[in-house]
Amino acid sequence: MSETAVEVEELTKVFGDFKAVDGVSFAVAEREVFGFLGPNGAGKTTTIKMLTGLLAPTSGRGSVAGLDIRRQSREIKRHIGYMSQLFSLYADLTVEENIAFFSGLYGVPRERRAQRRDWVLEMAGLGRQRRRATGELSLGWKQRLALGCAVLHEPPILFLDEPTSGVDPISRRGFWDLIYALAAGGTTVFVTTHYMEEAEYCHRLALMNRGKLIALDTPAHLRETLREPLLEIRVSDATRAVEALEGAPGVAQVGLFGRALHAALREGEDVEAARSRIPSLLAEKGIAVEDIEPIQPSLEDVFVALVEKTGGAVVD
Amino acid sequence: MISSTRLFAISRKELLQLRRDPRSLALAFALPVLLLILFGYAISWDVRNIPTAVLDQDRSAASRELVDALRASGYFSLVDFLARSGDVEPLLERGGAQLVLVIPPGFAQDLGAGRTAALQAIVDGSDANTATIALGYTDAVVRTWSSRVALRGRSLTPPVTAESRVWFNEELASRNMIVPGLVAVIMMIIAAMLTSLTIAREWERGTMEQLAATPVSRLEVVLGKLLPYLGIGLVDVVASSVLGVLLFGVPFRGNAGLLMILSFLFLTGALGLGMFISAVAKSQVLATQLAMLATFLPTLLLSGFMFSIESMPPVLRAISYLIPARYFLVVTRGIFLKGVGIEVLGTQALLMIAFATAGLALAVVKFRKELE
Repeated sequence: MSETAVEVEELTKVFGDFKAVDGVSFAVAEREVFGFLGPNGAGKTTTIKMLTGLLAPTSGRGSVAGLDIRRQSREIKRHIGYMSQLFSLYADLTVEENIAFFSGLYGVPRERRAQRRDWVLEMAGLGRQRRRATGELSLGWKQRLALGCAVLHEPPILFLDEPTSGVDPISRRGFWDLIYALAAGGTTVFVTTHYMEEAEYCHRLALMNRGKLIALDTPAHLRETLREPLLEIRVSDATRAVEALEGAPGVAQVGLFGRALHAALREGEDVEAARSRIPSLLAEKGIAVEDIEPIQPSLEDVFVALVEKTGGAVVD
Repeated sequence: MISSTRLFAISRKELLQLRRDPRSLALAFALPVLLLILFGYAISWDVRNIPTAVLDQDRSAASRELVDALRASGYFSLVDFLARSGDVEPLLERGGAQLVLVIPPGFAQDLGAGRTAALQAIVDGSDANTATIALGYTDAVVRTWSSRVALRGRSLTPPVTAESRVWFNEELASRNMIVPGLVAVIMMIIAAMLTSLTIAREWERGTMEQLAATPVSRLEVVLGKLLPYLGIGLVDVVASSVLGVLLFGVPFRGNAGLLMILSFLFLTGALGLGMFISAVAKSQVLATQLAMLATFLPTLLLSGFMFSIESMPPVLRAISYLIPARYFLVVTRGIFLKGVGIEVLGTQALLMIAFATAGLALAVVKFRKELE
């Protein structure tokens, strides 16, 4: 029996003549780690700001913790924690002072404050830095402190907007351990990210592009949606090879993945035939193929394919 | 609806930030004192020590006596004795003297014969104000001296004498009027500048977003930020008043408590205005400039500090009603010099309550709009 923590219907936000969020509907269950993916400009941050009461929606409706996002935004703020994309604690206050400040704003009862402070310090591993100016901390630590400050009042729902952007992989891993610990403790986590390996940690993923919700499922199911066979090709000149293969017969899509190419074949295309046809096609253009293998689609492949299908990423 | 916990959390944070920001500290505490001392010494409407030259073509005992009388008055400082009338023009042209007194030949002779002796005073009229005052002083000194000469050895009771008394500023020292006025002008500028930074800083540093995501209300933010600066403003008023009395010898005749209460009202308005500017500008540099623009010149020129409001053209007089320092100026001058109480300053108090309400309302309304 899982209750609904967040629910939106036809949520829309228009800035001037730009539809940042266009008729988005979904529901997030309690205790879920809900991932929100999409290229820059897809409308993820705008959606989060509407859910956290920072922006008023243009149309559509939504509820967070059973409260209406239009009429009860002030009340919603008592029941959620929010960590914004950019570091937004006070750099000139010490770690402890930031904690005390947000304890005050969130109305943490006086007798619980010391306990909550110690909990945050321990969770973020900042016990020895407690009297240091927050601005002097490394980004990884700042993010952990920001997370700590967002959950001082033990909110049932936590919104994290790209919490790990710019943080090194080790700190990122540690950060996700914290997210999991919070989720295990009963917190619903709504998180946006750019990182595919982080997306794998989520229970369910919503994919946005150009203001629209284009997919919503578990990571495993999403991977299965990509029916087209996929080839990984290693070549001498990857950039030219992408050009050569775009629009080639039987090839649906080509993309660069690190130093290799991923070519999605059209549905029903014979993989073995393509494996022999593609190298000769590239050889004509003077590109040598080092290796060509069929592979299982990764989440990133799914992501790229879905974004391409819906008109590509917004380039600005 | 206002939670004191959240209010004090904001105030405490603001104080902590202020304590670590040397520039804001200097603005809060050093600048008002510095401005008071600077302006207190620099601005003076008293005319004293007028640089004066004498062209004595008579060279008699009488002419020397007249020159001595001039010197003894204290208003003139003798800088040169000229030999020829051709020296007068070059001297005035290069500003070597502002006034030249010419005593023509035959001055003593005319006096001795009971005829009216002529004198010539040539004044540099490029500063019309000082020139008028200088001529007035010359006239007074000469008149006194000539009646002494006329009455020499005799006594005469003039039929009418006017016994003038100057109240409230017995020495007619312009400093007594300037220093209390300065307190009002300086506090207007400092208060608006202080808070002009606070909201813009949150926008600039991105902390506003986190603040907005908490249950804190706009009124709590505005009041929470206002409180520490209100305290600082009151400390500044006390400091400049003490300085005015001790350093400049300005009398303080009224009730210090009343000054504090009225300062509280005035500061609330000025701080609210600064916060409104801060919410509009969203950048610290722009906010500071706007605050300066909105307070400095209007307050200096239209509050009645420099120019009397009664002699302004009607348009400027109308505008002056919008200058809050206009009312506070009446309060500081009234309390310092006249020792008046609320029975006289009641109108000012009401107008400042209106100003405080308007300042706060503007800040809260503007701040609310931008957060949504």
